[in-house]
Amino acid sequence: MIKNDYMPFSSKILEVIQHTDIEYTFRMEYQGDVKPGQFFEVSIPKYGEAPISVSGVGKNHIDLTIRRVGKVTNEIFERYVGNSLLLRGPYGNGFNLSDYMGKDLIIMAGGTGLSPVRGVIDYFFHHPEQRGHMTLISGFKTPNDILFRNDLKQWSANMDVILTVDCAEDDTACHVGLVTQYIPQIKMGNVTNTVAIVVGPPAMMHFSVQGLLGIGLLEENIWISQERKMCCGLGKCGHCKVGDTYICLDGPVFNYTKGKFLVD
Amino acid sequence: MGFHVNNTVLNTIFKTWQTEYNIYAPRKYPGGGRFSDTDCIRYGKINTAEEIIFDKKSEYSFKEFLTPVSQTLFFFTEGETKEADTLQKKAIIFLRSCDLHALKRLDDMYLHNGPADYYYHRLRKSIKIVLMGCDHSFENCFCVSMGTNQSSNYDMSIDRQADGTYLIDCKDADWEEQFATTGCAQQKVTPAYVTKNSITVTVPENLTAEVANSSMWDDYDSRCINCGRCNFVCPTCTCFTMQDLFYSENGKAGERRRVWASCMVDGFTDVAGGGCYRQKNGQRMRFKVLHKVLDYKQRNGYHMCVGCGRCDDICPEYISFSNCVNRLQDAVMEVKQND
Ligand SMILES: Cc1cc2nc3c(=O)[nH]c(=O)nc-3n(C[C@H](O)[C@H](O)[C@H](O)COP(=O)(O)OP(=O)(O)OC[C@H]3O[C@@H](n4cnc5c(N)ncnc54)[C@H](O)[C@@H]3O)c2cc1C
Ligand code: SF4
Ligand code: SF4
Ligand code: FES
Repeated sequence: MIKNDYMPFSSKILEVIQHTDIEYTFRMEYQGDVKPGQFFEVSIPKYGEAPISVSGVGKNHIDLTIRRVGKVTNEIFERYVGNSLLLRGPYGNGFNLSDYMGKDLIIMAGGTGLSPVRGVIDYFFHHPEQRGHMTLISGFKTPNDILFRNDLKQWSANMDVILTVDCAEDDTACHVGLVTQYIPQIKMGNVTNTVAIVVGPPAMMHFSVQGLLGIGLLEENIWISQERKMCCGLGKCGHCKVGDTYICLDGPVFNYTKGKFLVD
Repeated sequence: MGFHVNNTVLNTIFKTWQTEYNIYAPRKYPGGGRFSDTDCIRYGKINTAEEIIFDKKSEYSFKEFLTPVSQTLFFFTEGETKEADTLQKKAIIFLRSCDLHALKRLDDMYLHNGPADYYYHRLRKSIKIVLMGCDHSFENCFCVSMGTNQSSNYDMSIDRQADGTYLIDCKDADWEEQFATTGCAQQKVTPAYVTKNSITVTVPENLTAEVANSSMWDDYDSRCINCGRCNFVCPTCTCFTMQDLFYSENGKAGERRRVWASCMVDGFTDVAGGGCYRQKNGQRMRFKVLHKVLDYKQRNGYHMCVGCGRCDDICPEYISFSNCVNRLQDAVMEVKQND
């Protein structure tokens, strides 16, 4: 019997963490295997579905960090209190932690790009013995847009965390400028044993990868995560196709040797 | 086994089938054609053999049956979801060789590209196939170039003869017995197929995605009006968009559907915040054409396009897909020289 993958299941909202006016993390009841970087289709009847990355994985829950931008996400913000959401998934390949084990790890995140990699950061924060030196450069538009403030503070205990905003009034505690400006500050060890993950808007990913290649990282040691319109997550609706690749099935996480061809 | 039957015998057999099956075939819809005073030939339920149109190409393909224009997936009521029912009856579908090859593409997309699709599978498993022979090529067909002019994976084939009788080749054991008991003439039958089209198409051997950099695509920027009709008539196009529908403005009851989508039409790649890929129509043309004759093959090992020519038949701007494919060789050269 073939499974009906389109039927969503109802998942209880356990907790809501407000980061900014338009970005909340919804802690959802869920049991099952999930990898950071995978995503769920989240829906509310009448408004539709939206693909949302897993920003954290717990024993009986997953975190979904949602930015309020349109029809579905507005409605999620309007009526979440004490409620549940419809989910289906998880979809996509996600990050393979084994790709980064034993290596020096650089993570560059632009805006909400921090949510799909949050699970990776958290894992290596709790297991520092499984990696070498670790650097996180996390950029946001303004101080008001910063996500996961508490996590960022906590993580800096055993990794270099560079938090930067594009522009700010002068009273901010964080750096100012684009994430790419801080690449020279990364403490580099053996470059061939250094791996990187870059997630964010297309232009940010492009320039960040160029910067990392500039300091000697190998293409095969860089991973990116792509975002496309997705209506199914199952390799059927066609919206996410780029060339011969379905971002929802083959990605959204790609090694840069493959990811660099996914322009269109 | 092959048979030679007349209309009456065939209709008697159709009658027996209809207790268990609906029969879908290309038929005439008066006045529904592309031009105001013409008939439209498309798929629909038929009762008798005379209703089947053999002498014209159907404007739309059989895919409407397996992937309906709008398909309800499930219903919502207060706090509950309920799966939509499937059709009561099984189906017999009459189609030509190019379309039978297109069915393989639909199968590979819906059953093998990622997890098998529940809704496709439940329709697919209840169909039988009748191949309609082609004794001549229609306008814009290039099935021979695409290697789709002949098929043998049918349950039965049918060729209407000039005198109104039919030649049948039966592979389904039950149906064979049924024909045999009518006492009609038995003979060896090979369904008619064309060996030549007036249009030939050559996909360059050395075609790669680099051809996207050719200037040839710019020609389509203004010629194409991104109406998407080429996708809707194509038997191998499968894209859809999800849509939620509610029965009344404040009501709690509604349904989720999937509806046909087109990569030529605005909005296909739009993401929140205004992000959008392939804004120019020429880039969309390139995306569509290269899917049909390059990147589908990279994934599945054979070309997606079956050469039915329907996209050329329907285009209001007289844009020819086959002509576009034949321009690729020059475009490959152009891109090489620019390197
Ligand atoms: C793999 C993946 C992971 C994502 N992870 C997150 C996340 O963790 N947090 C977050 O806030 N957002 C994430 N997004 C973006 C999020 O899906 C969109 O912001 C959301 O779909 C907007 O829906 P809407 O109905 O509120 O907006 P509208 O603009 O009203 O949406 C209209 C339609 O466009 C589609 N759509 C719009 N934007 C996107 C988009 N970027 N990607 C795919 N489809 C889109 C929607 O499916 C919807 O049908 C992710 C997108 C993808 C593809
Ligand atoms: S090629 Fe023709 S049919 Fe297709 S979208 Fe353009 S104008 Fe419409
Ligand atoms: S691309 Fe055109 S010729 Fe090829 S299968 Fe589709 S409609 Fe037929
Ligand atoms: S999201 Fe539908 S094919 Fe990838």
